[in-house]
Parts: sequence; structure tokens; C-alpha cells
Amino acid sequence: MEFKNRDIISINDFSKEELLYILKVVKQMELKPNSNLLKGKILATLFFEPSTRTRLSFTSSMKQLSGQVIGFSNANVTSTQKGESLWDTIKMIQQYADVIVIRHPLEGSARLAAEAASVPVVNGGDGSNQHPTQTILDMYTIQKTKGKLEGLHVGFVGDLKYGRTVHSLVMALSHFNPTFYFIAPDELQIPENYLDELFQKKIKYYKTSDLSRFSKEIDVLYVTRIQKERFPDPVEYEKFKDVYKIDEAFLQHVKKDLKIMHPLPRVGEIDKSVDSTPHAAYFEQAANGIPVRKALLALVLGKIK
Amino acid sequence: MAKHKKGKKRGKGSQRIKAKKVDPSVPSVEKKKELSISAIKEGTVLDHIPEDATFKVAEILHLGHHNGTVSVAANLNSKSMGKKGIIKIEGKFLTQDEVNKIAIVAPDATVNIIKNYEVKEKIKVKSPDVVDNVVKCSNPVCMTNNEQINTKFYVVKKDPLKIRCHYCERYMGKDDLEIV
Repeated sequence: MEFKNRDIISINDFSKEELLYILKVVKQMELKPNSNLLKGKILATLFFEPSTRTRLSFTSSMKQLSGQVIGFSNANVTSTQKGESLWDTIKMIQQYADVIVIRHPLEGSARLAAEAASVPVVNGGDGSNQHPTQTILDMYTIQKTKGKLEGLHVGFVGDLKYGRTVHSLVMALSHFNPTFYFIAPDELQIPENYLDELFQKKIKYYKTSDLSRFSKEIDVLYVTRIQKERFPDPVEYEKFKDVYKIDEAFLQHVKKDLKIMHPLPRVGEIDKSVDSTPHAAYFEQAANGIPVRKALLALVLGKIK
Repeated sequence: MAKHKKGKKRGKGSQRIKAKKVDPSVPSVEKKKELSISAIKEGTVLDHIPEDATFKVAEILHLGHHNGTVSVAANLNSKSMGKKGIIKIEGKFLTQDEVNKIAIVAPDATVNIIKNYEVKEKIKVKSPDVVDNVVKCSNPVCMTNNEQINTKFYVVKKDPLKIRCHYCERYMGKDDLEIV
């Protein structure tokens, strides 16, 4: 399977076989990392909007494999402030680096960057559209903690309308014959387009606003933050912000081997008391960002075939 | 070969708006409208345009910039469609590529190339799988609305129309279409 020079822009660009192959390489990276694999290679991290985990884990991954990192985490210091187009910015930066990671508030920016660049481009998040490396680490976490991806009952709770991690993971898992449970107030339910796709693929799903309704069926519960920045009216946000709470009382009514995931940061949706239970998988999920990003960098740079 | 000449029998729609023989029961304003959209000698006639797409077709084809006569008739009665639109463009022969551009709003339109008042060629509208730089993305934070680049959409479903933006991956339907 050839990944050299391939762009990682959207999870929808990858087949089931390709996703499984990437996950295999991630495992290999976690078990036997080769510390000199990316020696002499340069990663440019172009962060036009804030990020903690994504930027730092890409930087750390590159450095752990002996590569170097250039870039910025504040667009105010770049020529975009002078009106330079993204196209021109990328045309210039590709001369300085072997691979580019971009996070940008505009949707489709990573796709455009990939069209401009002759070096591979990895999408670190384009607005509320895609964040494929997050999705791959979510898949890896599920595979690792549940031992499989096939046939799982996966619940999504919180902001399913705007949450890009939810949308991407739904699409990615739909290759693996899942049953989905979408748990959200009507106002924040998953968009109809995704349900149309699931219907076409004959995937079973349930929609509810009641967190406890399917608690005994679910193998993996993917919790998301109600995003304050999505609500123009603060009163509306107040109405929804504490609507779901995962706490010890809730855990009395779940499967013994339920795993709880969260892309982080969390605000109040998972109580701290859950952290020490065997259900909590979210910190491990965050840690999986390193082998996932190492694997993707090594693949697109042609260092692993 | 079908004749495209005043007074001769032609295609359903074109016959209606070009008929010289006038029904005395039709009000005089109507008569005037009918006569103002006359047959063309050289050019293209687009017929069977869905009633709500007539002006969008004119926009897609940039007919506002055409130097020759352009006649646009909307909300005409049609036996097969209920209501429909017709556009006649004097002095312009549409190519297959141009015709395909209107497919997303008028997939069943008929396109006749007219030479010396006669239909010389009928071009079938072919629904494309990819729509290049015809419509704008309805997502205000899509890259295409913020940097000068061509738009590109994939046709996911033809009826009802559903297209997906190549850049921001949002879906759009018929009601969201705004011409570039």
C-alpha cells in the first residue's frame, strides 16, 4: 500500500483497508519506535488558530523520530496579515519543509493547501470540517481497548451537530458494521446527511436525548463537550451545557467493560471520579496521538511502506 | 429535420411562444409578450427548463454578457411539466460543455442548435459527476468564499439534487444554489 507523498486531508479519502493498514503501522510505532526514522526531515507546523494537543503531539512525534520542526502557532506573525493568500503561503513554505501540518479556521483550507503543495500535507483541523489524525487515534484507541473494531455498539453523546470528531468517527467506523446510538438534545443532534449515509450503508442507529436509555447496550461511549463558541446566545448555551453528566452514579448502569472516550478538553461532562475507573479511556486516547502522528509522518514521507 | 420557422409546427414549447396566429381571447398584453419572443435565425433554444430554474440557467450561461438578443420566457404552461421556461440565444451556439453546466438545475432541458431557422442539432444535457466553478458554496466559512479559487462539487444524488463541496465537504441541495 503506497502512502508516500499522500495527503491526509479527510477520513473520507481512505478505504477500510487503508485505515486498517494505518492502524497496523501505528501499533508498530508504539511497540518498536525507530528513533532515527525521520532524521534529516523537516516538518512545518502551520497553526493559524490555537491548538495544544495537535501541535505539540506533532512536534513531539517528529522530534522523537529525530526530525526537525519549523512553523508558527500564531497567524499574526505571518504574511497572511499582509494579505498573502493561503495558496501563496503554501507555495513558499513547501520549499522549506518535507511535510506540512496545517490547522486553519476556514473549512477546505487543508484541501487547498494540499493542491498548492508538492510535499505531503496533513490536516490538523480545518474549521468544523475534518480532523483526520484525531479520528485515526480514536479508532486506534477503540481497537486497543476493545480488541476489535467490528460489530461494536458505539454511543455518541453531547454536541453531535457541530462536533467534527463525531462526524469523522461515525464515517470511519461505518466500515466496521457498528450499531450507533446518538444521544443529544434535538437542537444538537447529528445532521441528517450523516443519517442518510448510514441508511444507505444499512447501518443500524438510534437517536435519543436520554443518556440512560441505551446505557446497557453500549460498548464505547464517545463523549463530547458542548462547545460554548457555537452558541451566539449565551442563554442557549446555559440551557445545554450541563445536560449530560457522566459520573459514578451513571456507571452503575453500564456494561462492565464499557470504555468512555473524549477528544478533550472536557469541561464538566465527565466527572473526575470517573478518571480512576477502568471505564476511562480518554487519557490513553490522548496519549495515542503520539504513535498515530509518528506513523502518519513516517508513511507520507515514505519511510514505512 | 424539425423546422424552426414562424407558423410551422415545432417542439411543444417553442411553438407556443412563437405562434404567429393569435387567439383573440388572449388579452392584448399577452399577445405582445408572445410576439416579443420571436424565432431566431442562428443560435440556441433551450426548452423544458424547470419553472424555478429559468433565470439560474441564464446566469450559469452568463447570458447577461451576451451581445446578441436573448429572450427569456418563464412560467409558460407546459403539458408535461405544468410550468416551464424557454431561453433563446441569438448568435450563440452552445457547446456540450456549456450545456452540461446547466444539468444541475435543468437536467431534462432540451437544447436545439438553430441555423437558418432550422433545428440543425439537438444536444442532450448530460448530468456531470463533478460540477466545476458553476455554483458557489453556501458555507460562508468555506475556503472558496474566502480566497480566489474555483469551486468544485461532487454530485451525490441527482434527484433530488444533492452535491458535496470538494473543499469543505458540506452538502447542498437545489435551494442552496447560487451561481458563481
